[in-house]
Amino acid sequence: MITVENLTKQYGATRAVDDVSMQIPGNSITVIVGTSGSGKSTLLRMINRLIEPSAGRVLIEGKDTRSEPAHLLRRRIGYAIQGHGLFPHRTVEENIATVPRLLRWSAPRVRARVEELLRVFQLDPAQYARAFPHELSGGQQQRVGVARALAAEPAVLLMDEPFGALDPIIRAKAQEDLLNIQRRFGTTVVLVTHDMDEAFHLGDRVAVMSQGRLLQYDRPAVLLTRPADPFVSRMTGLADRAMRLLSLTTAGEVASPGEGGGPRVAASASLREVLSELLWSGAHAALVVEADGTVRGQLSLETILAHGRPR
Amino acid sequence: MLQSAQPQSPPSASIAWASRIDRLGALLTLVGAAAVLWLPFVLVKANRIVPGEPRALWEALPGLAAGGCTAVLLLSALVAVLIRNARIRLGVALLAVVTVCLAVAAAASALTPAGNRVIRVAAGAGFWVPLVCLGLLCTDAITRLRPAPARRVLLLLAFLLAAVLALASGFFDHLSVMREYAVNAERFAAELRQHGLLALGSLGAAVIAGLPLGILCHRVPRLRAGILGTLNVIQTIPAIALFGIMMAPLGALAAALPLAQRLGIRGIGAAPAAVALFLYSLLPIVANTVLGLKRVSQAAVDAARGMGMTNAQVLWRIELPLALPVILTGIRVVLVQNIGMVTVAALIGGGGLGTFVFQGIGQTAIDLVLLGAIPIVVMAFSAAVLLDALVEVLDRGKR
Repeated sequence: MITVENLTKQYGATRAVDDVSMQIPGNSITVIVGTSGSGKSTLLRMINRLIEPSAGRVLIEGKDTRSEPAHLLRRRIGYAIQGHGLFPHRTVEENIATVPRLLRWSAPRVRARVEELLRVFQLDPAQYARAFPHELSGGQQQRVGVARALAAEPAVLLMDEPFGALDPIIRAKAQEDLLNIQRRFGTTVVLVTHDMDEAFHLGDRVAVMSQGRLLQYDRPAVLLTRPADPFVSRMTGLADRAMRLLSLTTAGEVASPGEGGGPRVAASASLREVLSELLWSGAHAALVVEADGTVRGQLSLETILAHGRPR
Repeated sequence: MLQSAQPQSPPSASIAWASRIDRLGALLTLVGAAAVLWLPFVLVKANRIVPGEPRALWEALPGLAAGGCTAVLLLSALVAVLIRNARIRLGVALLAVVTVCLAVAAAASALTPAGNRVIRVAAGAGFWVPLVCLGLLCTDAITRLRPAPARRVLLLLAFLLAAVLALASGFFDHLSVMREYAVNAERFAAELRQHGLLALGSLGAAVIAGLPLGILCHRVPRLRAGILGTLNVIQTIPAIALFGIMMAPLGALAAALPLAQRLGIRGIGAAPAAVALFLYSLLPIVANTVLGLKRVSQAAVDAARGMGMTNAQVLWRIELPLALPVILTGIRVVLVQNIGMVTVAALIGGGGLGTFVFQGIGQTAIDLVLLGAIPIVVMAFSAAVLLDALVEVLDRGKR
């Protein structure tokens, strides 16, 4: 758990971050979203003290981050940035081993960890360990950047627009990877983005920032149904908020028992996707099936529509 | 062009013919041939300072040797104009270089009466111009072959070794430059050492001082304009003037501190030369350090800091390795520049090969000038090849 208390960053007369307090729960993904200049990156960089706060403090698991030298703190916190920031003169293997080597892990342990991470990120060690970053595709570079951030098994991973430079298809893949990785390692992820779709897709909780202030910090559904501020509703988008709401729930969560007809949809599909499928096929209900093919239940158009309304 | 070539008319045929001609080769051949035809291959002088009498290639050599040499030159001209294959071009050009060198040595031997130690036979423009043309053909062919850095260094070493062995063999001893060398052999070794010492020493000092200065400029942008501006002004001071400026403070220092004087620090001599060269060297090194550091990916530096590297670790493990090729380019500029500029140091008693150059100018003895100048050119050329190869090796895999 990360506790942010009255965090402020003053640059001359302007306040980049203005008295922000928030509780970031462990083992979850928290997304900080805002326009450029909203202070979201500054807030993130104050967590690992790349920027020192003007006032306020940050506690990680109850411990003040200023109780140890900044570089030692940062070695315990994963850090991934837009454009990956890989070291061009070092191989993929050496890049990933950066923090473990700073922490003086033994060579066999470093090697084992690098290999494990390359496999997790679907990069064949035999082919890629010795490659240089410029020999990889953009998506592969980004994956190595995240693997490097996770190398020393950090409890906290900070990500500053990590997928900003990727094209839409590779970005979607990277987002799925991140969700899987988070589940697999139980990492506490804090991710900064300006992309509301990304925030809603990834975030267990979403923080909306504007002009240095934290406007609202809650679960995505609450942001949609009870926006605290006109700016929040503008950010979340008035026109397609019902569709956004539907995209937050999966078919498996709301399927009711029974085996009616209709198109088969995956239990992991969002209600938005199921609605689209129903509109397309002209059916009134869908059959929800698990990944292994067993039937979970059925889902009627009425149920879906009910979930698209604020309650 | 291709369409107009289809009807077999005479103009298009001449275009096709013209396109097969190597333009650089043709130009070099024209220049070289003109030099061989109209400029003296060697100059025969009654003694070392009188103007020489010109002798053409076929006047200087016995008929068979002159014919052989001409044949090789004709072959190299044909290859230079018509053959595209870079290996063949290099091979033939090298053969021609060796041939004209042997020819000029043979001419010197043939024109020197046995036992006569006063007469001088010097290589003339009819030798030097074709040699330069052939040298350009060689470098052009090597550039086209794009050899790996290690191979270029090996090629350089082979060339230097061959040159030293050839000169040591005694075959060239009758050439006037070698006569000057024979007279000055001991001093030559000492001045060569002094030359290298001054060039490398001032470079070393400039690297030791310039690298931290460059890092400082990078870290503290407010200092950058001031420091680089000052170094720029120094760079614009002519060498002679800077030597002069150095004399007063160093002379005063020597007068005030006996220890300084005992260390050889005086108003004239090697000390002001070394200080001036050091000052000249600073700008390229500081400027390239700043440029190299500036070009390092900011994302990489941010990631390095974000992952917990200390400032020193970021500098040594990320910034300097990534900036090294650019810094080395600065060092290359300085080294080549210094090797040339040390020459002028001879004017204030700094020693080095410039001693021969200025002595030769004073005595109107061109051979003595060449004795100083040729090794300077070879040193500068070798330094450039070595450091270029180093930069290329280090620059790999860093994009």
